[in-house]
Amino acid sequence: MGEVLVELNQITKYFPGVTALDDMSLALEKSEIHGLIGENGAGKSTLIKVLTGMHKPDKGSIYKNQKEVVFRSPLDARNQGIACVYQELNIVSDASIVDNLFIGAMVKKKNGLLNKDFMRKRTREVMEMLGQDVDPDMICGNLGMGMQQMVEIGKAIQLEADVIILDEPSSSLGKKEVQNLFKTIARLKEKGITFLFVSHKLEEIFELCDRVTVMRDSKHIVTKPTEEITSDELISYMVGRPLSNLYPKEKTNRGDEALRVSGMTHLGEYYDVGFTAYKGEILGFSGLVGAGRTELFQGIYGMKEKDQGEIYVGGKKAKIKSPKDAIAEKIAFLTEDRKSQGLILEFPVRWNIGLVILDYLKKGLFLNAKKWVEVSKASIDRLHIKVSSDEQLAGQLSGGNQQKVVIGKWINANADIYIFDEPTKGIDVGAKIEVYNVMNELVRQNKCVIMISSELPEIIGMSDRVIIMRGGRITGEISREEKAFDQEAIMAFAWEVKTDE
Amino acid sequence: MSKVKSNSSVNKLGKVFSGAGPVVALILLAVVLSIVSSSFLSFENVANILKQTSVNSMIAIGMLVVLLTGGIDLSVGSMCALASCLMGVALRNFGIKNSFLLILICIISGLLGGLINGLLYTGLDLPTPFIATLGTMQIYRGLAQIVTKASPITGFPVGVKFLGAKTIAGFPVCFLAVVVVFVLFSVFLNSTAVGKKIYSVGGNKEASRVSGIDVKRIELLVYVIAGLMSGIAALVLTGRVGTALPTTGDTYAMDAIASCVIGGASFNGGKGTVLGTFIGALLVQMIRNGLNLMGAQSDVQSVVIGIVVIGAVYMDVRREKASQKSKRQAQAKVHQDEA
Repeated sequence: MGEVLVELNQITKYFPGVTALDDMSLALEKSEIHGLIGENGAGKSTLIKVLTGMHKPDKGSIYKNQKEVVFRSPLDARNQGIACVYQELNIVSDASIVDNLFIGAMVKKKNGLLNKDFMRKRTREVMEMLGQDVDPDMICGNLGMGMQQMVEIGKAIQLEADVIILDEPSSSLGKKEVQNLFKTIARLKEKGITFLFVSHKLEEIFELCDRVTVMRDSKHIVTKPTEEITSDELISYMVGRPLSNLYPKEKTNRGDEALRVSGMTHLGEYYDVGFTAYKGEILGFSGLVGAGRTELFQGIYGMKEKDQGEIYVGGKKAKIKSPKDAIAEKIAFLTEDRKSQGLILEFPVRWNIGLVILDYLKKGLFLNAKKWVEVSKASIDRLHIKVSSDEQLAGQLSGGNQQKVVIGKWINANADIYIFDEPTKGIDVGAKIEVYNVMNELVRQNKCVIMISSELPEIIGMSDRVIIMRGGRITGEISREEKAFDQEAIMAFAWEVKTDE
Repeated sequence: MSKVKSNSSVNKLGKVFSGAGPVVALILLAVVLSIVSSSFLSFENVANILKQTSVNSMIAIGMLVVLLTGGIDLSVGSMCALASCLMGVALRNFGIKNSFLLILICIISGLLGGLINGLLYTGLDLPTPFIATLGTMQIYRGLAQIVTKASPITGFPVGVKFLGAKTIAGFPVCFLAVVVVFVLFSVFLNSTAVGKKIYSVGGNKEASRVSGIDVKRIELLVYVIAGLMSGIAALVLTGRVGTALPTTGDTYAMDAIASCVIGGASFNGGKGTVLGTFIGALLVQMIRNGLNLMGAQSDVQSVVIGIVVIGAVYMDVRREKASQKSKRQAQAKVHQDEA
């Protein structure tokens, strides 16, 4: 440690009307794992793009091994040994591991044909270096997300990168895969590889990183060894103000039965699921990605067909075959995928806010344009949505504000049951708290709130009860009144407990 | 004509109907054609263009509604021919002489054709409307040949021919009808819930469905509308030429799509305006008319229209890229402001 491998010196990057990086400096030492953290829009992505040669900085310089370098293209950065594994992997899923590793740089024999034996051998070596014993001829599409990511890292190693940027690497991985990834990172660190580890998850930063840099407002805020900083400090550096409480949980009074389902089954996704949700409470749904939670609620909401199962709303049996039916039963579903299922990105904010209530905005044959404007203005004010006007296109907003538009859309539908699917995914801390406050307000109005979330602290922080799913079945339920209402209890149900059937 | 409803819809109209490009093209073309051909600006020729544009305009407005949902209807030309021929068969083989009945037969034929298209696509879960309407394009054309025994039918009563042939002080009635229809569609698309739903479905089908919009019903509706407009176009056409011809209308789908796309509609749905389509339809007809005046055959016209369509789509792609870019910049700015 100590020797600086890569240095960004006072980098400034402008986009029209925007300073995306402002006098930003960052030094990565040899074989360190350097965490980079900041709210959405803090400038992390731009920093990565400057480092990988995708953006040219307007001011400042980059040094590699104490020598100034200029990246004119991503290729230049790669030739300097800088590689990046993006959140969305660049894997050719129909191709084998060996083909992915050597893509664009196939090794040929003298006769011009591919030297497959060499490439296979090399692939095995590289993957062994990562601690992975795999058959190089396996097709990547058949591998789990974690292994696909390994292939990406392997690709970087194969290209002899000594600096690897990991952009939110754990966001689509299960717990075991994350642990596997961390082991690999530690292994490669021992071999002299340097990592820039970009993450939203504080616990990962503390577990893995030697030092951490916080960015805010496109600027460098602080760089410290992780041992010398607490998570509260990190958060306050990130948001620029101390946060009294990340989870503004309020006391609730459970009311009448709101939603009860039984025997919900969709083969391959969920099996014989039954539960009851009540008014005036937040019911959390926890479990690993792929536990069938989203699919279950898509089934309840009529978005996808179910094979079997009965749904009771307010004690009465409900026939829900489409989202339209569900809305008629006063159920609102705030989908996880804002961009493809929540919003019409090319359309104005006002349009999106009115989408669910078009039929209620009628005055005779025609739409009541005045009422529409009033409704959208009220929603924007109430949820503090930052827009230049309600004519602004939804696609132009930040993730947090897009989520608020989705919420605004549903608040106006005046539902009784609100299902939030991963409501704070990809939005920054400030916006998260505002989403929690909306939930609190709904519960105060004696509505039923169901929250599907993969973030354990959020589940623990906001739920009154938590139902845990694994492999499409409910494996446990814990309540806030219980002593063991904590992440460990949930993880036990999500991981260790095996269903008897 | 009614005034456009509110200020904001004017803005939206301006925004979606992106730029004055088609208008400028229209004026330029008119100037060029009036220089090239002395007869272009004659009252007769202008009235002729307006008359000829009517059939395409009627079909194009139906096509626009389909394109807005992200769909396409290739069968409009065949539907138009079939509707006209069924009316002819009613006259020739069944001796129906009542104009009202004949008109009804023509329009209902179009409606049914559209209904079948819509049901094929939404009911059978065929992968794309392209497939469904490609099939019915052939079927309707074949049926038109079969029912007429591939021979033209003439002798329609005056009532049937009124819409297509009648002029008021030399001004074609059919063009007045087009103006009325376009105003109605403008109100329908911009000021009713169903109109907004049509745009929404094209903007994001899944988000619309999740928001409780009955997407299949909307999709069914737009094909029925396209069929209805083909039926009305058939009435105009039959009136104008006085004949029901089973081979007519093979260029109509192309012309209608061209009109919409030139006017700013996108194959991805969610984009396009009534006004833009109107200008697009005029432009397409003027190109055909100009080529006619210059003595070009219909095969050359096909080549030119094909090029124009590709050009218009290319412009749309470029526009889309530019707007994506400005969106990214705006988003970067928002992030900046918030952080």
